[in-house]
Amino acid sequence: MNPLLEVRNLCVRYGGITAVDGVDLDVMEGERVTLIGANGAGKSSTLKALAGLVAPAGGGFTYGGQDLQSIPPWQRVSRGLALVPEGRGVFNRLTIEENLLMGAYHRKDSSALPGELDHVYGLFARLHERRHQQAGTLSGGEQQMLAIGRALMSRPRLLMLDEPSMGLAPLMVEKIFEVIRKIAAEGVTLLLVEQNARLALALSDRAYVMESGRIVLVDTAAACMENPMVRAAYLGDGGG
Amino acid sequence: MDIFLQQLVNGLTLGSIYALVALGYTMVYGIMELINFAHGDVVMVGAMVALTALQVLTGWGLPPGIALAMAVAMAMAVCMVLGLAIERVAYRPLRRAPKLAPLITAIGLSIVLQQLAALIWGRSYRSFPAVLPADSVSWHGVIITSIQALIIVLAALLMAVLLLLVKRTALGRAMRATAQNPGVAQLMGVNTDRIIALTFALGSVLAAVAGVMVAAYYNVGNYTMGFMLGLKAFTAAVLGGIGNIPGAMLGGLLLGVVEAMGAGYIGDLTGGYFGSNYKDVFAFLVLIGVLVFHPNGLLGSRAREKV
Repeated sequence: MNPLLEVRNLCVRYGGITAVDGVDLDVMEGERVTLIGANGAGKSSTLKALAGLVAPAGGGFTYGGQDLQSIPPWQRVSRGLALVPEGRGVFNRLTIEENLLMGAYHRKDSSALPGELDHVYGLFARLHERRHQQAGTLSGGEQQMLAIGRALMSRPRLLMLDEPSMGLAPLMVEKIFEVIRKIAAEGVTLLLVEQNARLALALSDRAYVMESGRIVLVDTAAACMENPMVRAAYLGDGGG
Repeated sequence: MDIFLQQLVNGLTLGSIYALVALGYTMVYGIMELINFAHGDVVMVGAMVALTALQVLTGWGLPPGIALAMAVAMAMAVCMVLGLAIERVAYRPLRRAPKLAPLITAIGLSIVLQQLAALIWGRSYRSFPAVLPADSVSWHGVIITSIQALIIVLAALLMAVLLLLVKRTALGRAMRATAQNPGVAQLMGVNTDRIIALTFALGSVLAAVAGVMVAAYYNVGNYTMGFMLGLKAFTAAVLGGIGNIPGAMLGGLLLGVVEAMGAGYIGDLTGGYFGSNYKDVFAFLVLIGVLVFHPNGLLGSRAREKV
């Protein structure tokens, strides 16, 4: 079986700084894959290159067997490739419902939208209560819910989440991950970048560990949990 | 009281024109944080195209109403193409450049457009053909000419359509989303290049209409007419809160009224020392006042949250 996403020798540079340095990465259809690593390891840059927010300096990627770089960034979402960006990126001065509708902007089947709005509101009841409020008035956790809901509105095949737990209270992190598990259970393929390695590995099939722009370890999530290096560096486990 | 009401009508007429032009400034600023100082000259091009078209069309013996409608349509078409060309040729290559570069480009473009217009239409003042009926209604001593009524009604109609487009349609949502965060808008499938081009096209079409209005109102057109008008409309956009669409409408109308009131009363207030030819002073007093005391404008958001 061919992977849904196949990344080969991906490089990303910002000026003279190499953020991603020859990354190979595969994600199979229906798989849940986590990318863990310290700040500045190049995880977010990898996702940004896939979504088209930064242009790769080298290497490439195919998605569904097609070379992604031949597709302009704004057309990638209509192929089912969605990114929930770092820092959420909600449109502060649009209402919650308008934000969700932006997620479905590329879609032609507007008759299906009310049903899908209901689906998102089912996952996040709080968004429904506040749907006519400006998104800027939401708390950080609610904005994360909105960003995920907005990505779901695009009906993704591969959902990439960049640090969904960043800056959130533990209870809210639990709630967000509960929804991510639900989304995975619906059959959406996941590529997750996350600081909270414990939670991320718990819901993943496989994990990649990144350091200084390179992949240093690939294994099943369960094996990573047992790996002494991973335990020491990312699971806060001093003993090992 | 009569003077007050009369100047209110005059001010709303002028303000409607300012508002239409201010919308072009504010929409472009909202989406790319650029003050497009060439915008006033697009207004001038609209006026001059309509003026020429009217002369030709009425020369062919077309009825005035039809000739005017066709002239306005031609001005809109020419300005739309001009706006698209300006964005594509002058600003798009500078999208990632430091903010000063497009600003200087805008000023340069303004000079280029003026000199081109001087070449095409000459440097002398050209009179706008009197195609509109010169009748008026009088109500309690206040005179409203048919052209004033037409300007106010048409401007209100255009602004209502624009608000509906921006607030109620998917395209309008995409415009607002692009203005707030172009990167994320692109993730949503928005072709942000196209949205930016569309913003220029919309602003330029409104500018064309405003150009015809101002030339018809004062019966005259000239290659420099866009300069002062552009500055005042920019002032109106700042007054309303630059980047804010309802703000530009409010700012335009307010500025028109302030200017008309100033012109109407300055003679009395200074014992005849200053006349109504000092009316331009008021617009810039307003600009200075806003910048000093309330720099975000009446409806502007307090902080720019560009990430």
